[in-house]
Amino acid sequence: MAMTLITKQNRKIVKDALWENNPITLQVLGICSALAVTVQLKTALVMSIALTFVVAMSNVVISSLRNLIPSKIRIIVELSVISTLVILADQVLKAYMYDVSKQLSVFVGLIITNCIVMGRAEAFAMANPPGKSFWDGLGNGLGYSAVLITVAIAREILGSGKIFGFQIVPQAFYDAGYVNNGVMVLAPGAFFLLGIIIWAQRALSPQLSSKDATK
Amino acid sequence: MEHYLSLAVKSMFVENILLAYFLGMCSFLACSKKMETAIGLGLAVTFVLTITTPANWAINHYLLDKGALAWISPALAKVDLSFLSFIAFIAVIATMVQIVELSIDRISPKLYTALGIFLPLIAVNCSILGGSLFMAERKYNFLESVVFGFGAGAGWALAIIAMSAIRSKLKYSNIPESLQGLGITMIITGLMAMGFMCFAGIQL
Repeated sequence: MAMTLITKQNRKIVKDALWENNPITLQVLGICSALAVTVQLKTALVMSIALTFVVAMSNVVISSLRNLIPSKIRIIVELSVISTLVILADQVLKAYMYDVSKQLSVFVGLIITNCIVMGRAEAFAMANPPGKSFWDGLGNGLGYSAVLITVAIAREILGSGKIFGFQIVPQAFYDAGYVNNGVMVLAPGAFFLLGIIIWAQRALSPQLSSKDATK
Repeated sequence: MEHYLSLAVKSMFVENILLAYFLGMCSFLACSKKMETAIGLGLAVTFVLTITTPANWAINHYLLDKGALAWISPALAKVDLSFLSFIAFIAVIATMVQIVELSIDRISPKLYTALGIFLPLIAVNCSILGGSLFMAERKYNFLESVVFGFGAGAGWALAIIAMSAIRSKLKYSNIPESLQGLGITMIITGLMAMGFMCFAGIQL
């Protein structure tokens, strides 16, 4: 059963969202939270899981309701579905990972206004059946996670010499005069890194830069 | 008085909602190409933030917070509805944006045509919900929430207007092909964020 669900078409939906049409680097969606939670790998990972859950589930719910939602009030219906799911995610985090939930502070709540979730609900779930919408949501969630985790790894290594809180840069380096890059812990570091990631992706696949909406 | 002034400066410059907390990035990146658009959106965000933050303060303080329902009857003093804050805040914001839109249309059609297209977009701007969530998390009082809402909005407007000015100059510079567009915009935002960090430590 599980095998038949992952058809070639569904695999393409997921793959598209990961590279060809990545929500952060190409659709320019959901950047707010992507930058704020990436000081440490741990928070970035938790955030990725929460967002992937919300976007996949909201796509399923909204696409199963798509024929019942009157188009005039669809935004408010979408928002209430999404906020219910975010409340679920937030309560689970508070119950099982209280310290991480404290670190993420308002950013779990901000998944509601994360443009990826709204954008996928509007652009994909309103026009496609639940099965396909689930894969689209999953793919976009994973595409978001991929960028988040890359930025978080770079920021944690460069900014504090650690990964998951474990020391990675050996003490000998520090003795020889190596210093952690303080900018990486602060906001500008996140902007620079994301800029560089976007640059690298487009240098690798030049055809992608023609899709840029902000150009 | 001094306390409120310093809170305003803090929310506008030191802890700029866009450059330090990354809120409202999506519309910041998408709408900073033209100066007029940036000014219109900046004004609209400031306006809506100044209204919704105190409105959500009232909702939070009289309905949702732990023990907030005690004013109805002492039996409700133990009720804690704060888990509903996300859905309540976003509903207030969506409604407020609608009300603001309708009343501006009625009072000043000129301003409506200037802001018109941006107002509906604001309901899903993260900085608006972020303002309310920060207000709840930091436990501001009523006046503080007004000042914080205004300061955060003004800071956001400042950042997007500055960005649109930089981008209009950027058209004439020679940027590597694959860095054009989003890439260079991110890097400039990073430089701006570094600039704004100079305000850190200012105390009034």
